[in-house]
Amino acid sequence: MKRARVSFGGLIQDAIEVDGKVKLNDGRMVEEADVVWLPPVKPQTVFTLGLNYADHAAELSFDAPKEPLVFLKGPNTFIGHRGHTVRPSDVTFMHYECELAVVIGKTGKNIKKEDAYDYVSGYTIANDYAIRDYLENYYRPNLRVKNRDTCTPIGPWFVDKEDIADPMNLTLRTYINGEIKQEGTTADMVFGIPELIEYLSSFMTLNENDLILTGTPKGSVDTKVGDEVITEVEGIGKLVNTIVGEND
Amino acid sequence: MQKVTLKLRGIEQVLEGEVNEQGTVEIQGIDYELDALPVDVPVNGTIYGTLLNYQGAFEVLEPAMKEAPYKNPPKAPVLYIKPKNTFISSGKPIPLPEQVEALEIGAALGIVIGKTATKVSEKDVQEYIAGYTVVNDVSIPHESVHRPAVKEKARDGFCPIGPWIVSRDSVDNANDLRITVSINGEVNQENTTKNLIRSVEKLIADVTDYMTLYKGDVLLVGVPENAPLAKANDLVTVEIEQIGKIENRVMSEQDVIGGDTV
Repeated sequence: MKRARVSFGGLIQDAIEVDGKVKLNDGRMVEEADVVWLPPVKPQTVFTLGLNYADHAAELSFDAPKEPLVFLKGPNTFIGHRGHTVRPSDVTFMHYECELAVVIGKTGKNIKKEDAYDYVSGYTIANDYAIRDYLENYYRPNLRVKNRDTCTPIGPWFVDKEDIADPMNLTLRTYINGEIKQEGTTADMVFGIPELIEYLSSFMTLNENDLILTGTPKGSVDTKVGDEVITEVEGIGKLVNTIVGEND
Repeated sequence: MQKVTLKLRGIEQVLEGEVNEQGTVEIQGIDYELDALPVDVPVNGTIYGTLLNYQGAFEVLEPAMKEAPYKNPPKAPVLYIKPKNTFISSGKPIPLPEQVEALEIGAALGIVIGKTATKVSEKDVQEYIAGYTVVNDVSIPHESVHRPAVKEKARDGFCPIGPWIVSRDSVDNANDLRITVSINGEVNQENTTKNLIRSVEKLIADVTDYMTLYKGDVLLVGVPENAPLAKANDLVTVEIEQIGKIENRVMSEQDVIGGDTV
């Protein structure tokens, strides 16, 4: 099942997808464009992977890491489907990153990779924007690049784990104004979902609604004010986002 | 006399109290010794740490800042996150991982945010501060700060915090507070927030320029140079003038479960 959190008519409520429409908790069926989309889960601790696709690492002139390159995000950065992401006026290179987001379903520590999926409740899509102008080589990628307000759209749907046969074989695509710019597959991750869960839980406890943003493949290009950016993960959905200026 | 808000274990609601000159706390008309109070973690937001914000800490790394991998000194505040699994209260054990000899003790003044803060200018910062707390930003020692140190800084129990929040108006000047770390009762480190590169006001202004801080979030002003190391069974005390002190014992992680000893 595909689940969402939306606001409709002044009420925030849970919703599910039925025949391409949004079925609200109170039974009403509404159109996708008629609700305000919130992040489909309230993120707790959020892990994000850098350089987790070998082709993207090469694109950025890095070797793929020997150990997962992990950083954390705060709650300020998340916005829902059809949201607006701010591009600061002084930047020259702001790119999207289409990522499969794994939602943790229950508390776990020292999880073996064979058991990792027992701790997953489902999946969603994240667009992990980066502003390369602000990169500095201290705890890189630094929060000014990766944890800005509005810069991590997430959603639209939370998809139950049972609905995705093989999360390690899903096509990822990004479109700018309808034109495809990025295409890859989760099969190319350097560290797959079971390995990431084993790695992270080896030194810290994972909890329900923690998220793991698993990284992005090659094909990141600059986005401009007014661009409509769609990040798509096969079987999960399409996450729509619009770039706006600081004063829009 | 400091006005404090504190949370006690097993009670959901937050209490208010006043710290007397003798160090006792008056809550609802009764005086208590701090040691007698089962204090809990006093905040529930996100905790952000700041790297290299003490003049001395900056100078230690400065010779390497022109070299790879850093190449240039940092322009913006260097931040990191201490996630929820790291929070423990004063009195609870800090788990020492297997294969690790000693932990680095990061004595930090924590600024507790009082209301949603976005693009706050330096002159307005005070009204966004609820108060201050004491934080021990524990790390596994690591020399390189090129990549985020999640494995070294975000382990369970690596962020003792408390014992309470001292209200903003009870603190004379947050940019002039003495900080002391003692291990087993012996003073190992002394410093003062006078040595901050970015003051409390400047730091909040620079951070909220791109990142909203919410009520209950905590921004650590940084950790002084020459952080003390603590080994298994050491009792670590972090004390900040006018704010309070937290005390935690380092214990083998085999002996710690759910933040308590077994």
